[in-house]
Amino acid sequence: MNTVKNSLKDISRYPSAIAGVIIIFLLVLLSIYAVISIPYDKAITMWRGGEEFWKANPKFAPPAWSNLFTSKKLPESFHVDTADGTMSKVVTSTGDDTSNVTISYSFNFEADDYPQDLIIYFTTTFEQKQPFASVSLFTPTGQEIRVADTGVAQQQTLRFSQESRMVNRYSNVPVMTGMFSDPKDPPHAPLKGTYKLVITGTTFEKDSTFDAEFVFLGQVYGLAGTDMSRRDLMIPLLWGAPVALGFGLLASLGTLILTMIIAAIGAWYGGWVDSLIQRITEINLVLPFLPILIMVGTFFSRSIWIIMGTAVLLNIFTGQIKSYRAIFMQVRESMYIEAARAYGASDLRIIFRYLVPRMIPLLLPGLVSAVPSFVFLEATLAVLGLGDPVLPTWGKVIDDAYTNGALYKGYYYWILEPAVLLMITGLGFSMLGFALDRIFNPKLREM
Amino acid sequence: MATEVQTISAPVKKNGTSTVARVFRYTAVRAITLFITVVIAIYMTILIANMGGYVDQMMRGQVTEQINMAMAANPAYKSMSPDTRKQLAQQQIDLEIERLGLNKPLAVRTANYLINAITLNLGRAQNMVSDTGSKNVKNILLERMPWTLLLLGISELLLFFVSLFLALSLSRQYGSFWDKLVIALTPTSSAPAWFYGIFLILIFAAWIRILPFGGLVSAPPPKTTLLYALSLLQHMILPALSLFLSGLFLNIYSWRTFFLIYSSEDYVDMAKAKGLTGGDIEKRYILRPTLPTIITTFALTLIGVWGGAIVTETIFQWPGLGNMLYKAIGLYDTPVIVGDTIIYAYLLAITVFVLDFVYVLVDPRVKLGEGV
Repeated sequence: MNTVKNSLKDISRYPSAIAGVIIIFLLVLLSIYAVISIPYDKAITMWRGGEEFWKANPKFAPPAWSNLFTSKKLPESFHVDTADGTMSKVVTSTGDDTSNVTISYSFNFEADDYPQDLIIYFTTTFEQKQPFASVSLFTPTGQEIRVADTGVAQQQTLRFSQESRMVNRYSNVPVMTGMFSDPKDPPHAPLKGTYKLVITGTTFEKDSTFDAEFVFLGQVYGLAGTDMSRRDLMIPLLWGAPVALGFGLLASLGTLILTMIIAAIGAWYGGWVDSLIQRITEINLVLPFLPILIMVGTFFSRSIWIIMGTAVLLNIFTGQIKSYRAIFMQVRESMYIEAARAYGASDLRIIFRYLVPRMIPLLLPGLVSAVPSFVFLEATLAVLGLGDPVLPTWGKVIDDAYTNGALYKGYYYWILEPAVLLMITGLGFSMLGFALDRIFNPKLREM
Repeated sequence: MATEVQTISAPVKKNGTSTVARVFRYTAVRAITLFITVVIAIYMTILIANMGGYVDQMMRGQVTEQINMAMAANPAYKSMSPDTRKQLAQQQIDLEIERLGLNKPLAVRTANYLINAITLNLGRAQNMVSDTGSKNVKNILLERMPWTLLLLGISELLLFFVSLFLALSLSRQYGSFWDKLVIALTPTSSAPAWFYGIFLILIFAAWIRILPFGGLVSAPPPKTTLLYALSLLQHMILPALSLFLSGLFLNIYSWRTFFLIYSSEDYVDMAKAKGLTGGDIEKRYILRPTLPTIITTFALTLIGVWGGAIVTETIFQWPGLGNMLYKAIGLYDTPVIVGDTIIYAYLLAITVFVLDFVYVLVDPRVKLGEGV
């Protein structure tokens, strides 16, 4: 108990260690939050969901808070639906099974740039006679832009920017620019104020229903922004934390424990077992580490577990095994080992009950310091296109961003968000590991 | 491997054997051990590059599909009867499979790879082609080698000497502001070079726009040699800087700690008491005993250059060996993968072998093949 207390006291003397502990604690909190708020299955479905799932999000949209740092405010995205009551719908029966549906929605537009698109998704039910709808947008000056008059199928999508009437009307500028500009002014800045969307529909059957979802695709979205397939980056950013922590800690723990056990076995038995371990270490020195992982990823499986297993295997027989062996060689000669031998303990019992536990305190700095390298290894493989095909991770976001030219096109948020998280994780663990190393190796302490 | 001088030594009779015999015996045993190590490592690489025959199945499928597609798309074959066409396709498939050596059993093929690799008969690539159109693995490697040597050579050597020099001066003023700063910055080395690369691209290429995003030279390539060299230099700044930065603080820190341990030895205190100057103490009492370690690290740094930097080269589209290896793996090109690995293995083995003799030259306490 006292040693634990002393260690804690020692740790508190290093500001970097405290910072590291705080970072790791926050990461653990973030992971718990991620796993609880978006369960695994849901996260995977959302991450792998296509255009259909994410239709309400703009593409390549920076996070909404980026507006705080720019003078040019970008429009925020939103979507409203008559089905869940966020957009009002008035149905008036006009007899003879026909009824009129009026849907209207007013929104304030105060941004300095144009939206990506406006889309209406109609959902109707009918037996034979299609409902009819006309869509208009009233600008702040009171001008009515008649977007479309159309019969509506059961599922129909109306994209304002692709509507032929709109394309013809604004022949020399993009539709969105034309729509959101003052017609008297040349289109250089959007017209601010309250816009009103009005959909008037007519149904021609008794049980026919008429619903519409209005999607305003702005240029910023949510807390994390979106990627090329409109996915909310919040999912990989949140889920990247448990994946990174899990991968880093498991791989680091696995490597260390296996290394220690093998070193203990070598030191205890000596002879050919020991020299075999030495030879394997030498062979492993020649084997190229990253290329082998790339080969396994390319030829065999990109599953994160297979990659982790390979990385652990290749990491066991390194220089570390020699330093552990040297310590075990000393411990071997201690009195308590001799006592154990005297009472007739078996070899395995000595290795696992007396040799390995002796080393566990020494394990801690190595364990913590090895985590960043594994966290970055996952990201490295993801950047090479060998990330786990299913899991949303930080490395995969960087890969997506990089392959979609985020740096060329100026979508800096896309790379910076996962990169900063990776960097914080790496720094947290290596700051703590570094301090622990100085605490547990008194030789380094004064230096 | 390099510090194993004592453990691998052959048994030596204390009396009667001459120094020459001892050295000769040690040399022979060491050379054979190293050679066996290389052979086993290379065979393992070959097996991994084949995934125990798994890759062969993939390649066979690929060949069949490619030839069938080519036949179906070629109007010249349209008039033939389906049977003749099938026969013709089968013939071509068999021919291609024979060319790739896929008709031989796995054991024979891997053994062939091994013998060819060990004798440095690098052979021909299966799918990869060098920029000049050659399929010789040697040409493919030689084409990429200068660029990797240039990039990695400059950045790694710079890293080595700069960190050594800074560490030496820090160890002199230990506890100072700069010393503390380096210690505080050491955790930044946990990020790999490509990670720094992305930030450097973001700052210098995308944001300030003073350096290129990547590539070897600007397009079209400059005509004169001088302009070409300047353009090359301009493209090299960011990748070299990211390799340099990612290792800098950790290297300085470890060298500094290493020097500090040696400067707390009693003989250094003794030298100080004698009134020797700082420079003298450093040269004679600190640098000299640490020389074997410095040389080992330097030699291993030099070999590390051969491997290239896979991800950094890929991020910067630098046409080096690391980038080539990544592409070769993507094309299932075992001869190129093995060719790249065998050269690395040989370089490593030779260096380790030579280092043993270098230790004797720089450190009079070390004797070849003599147990301590």
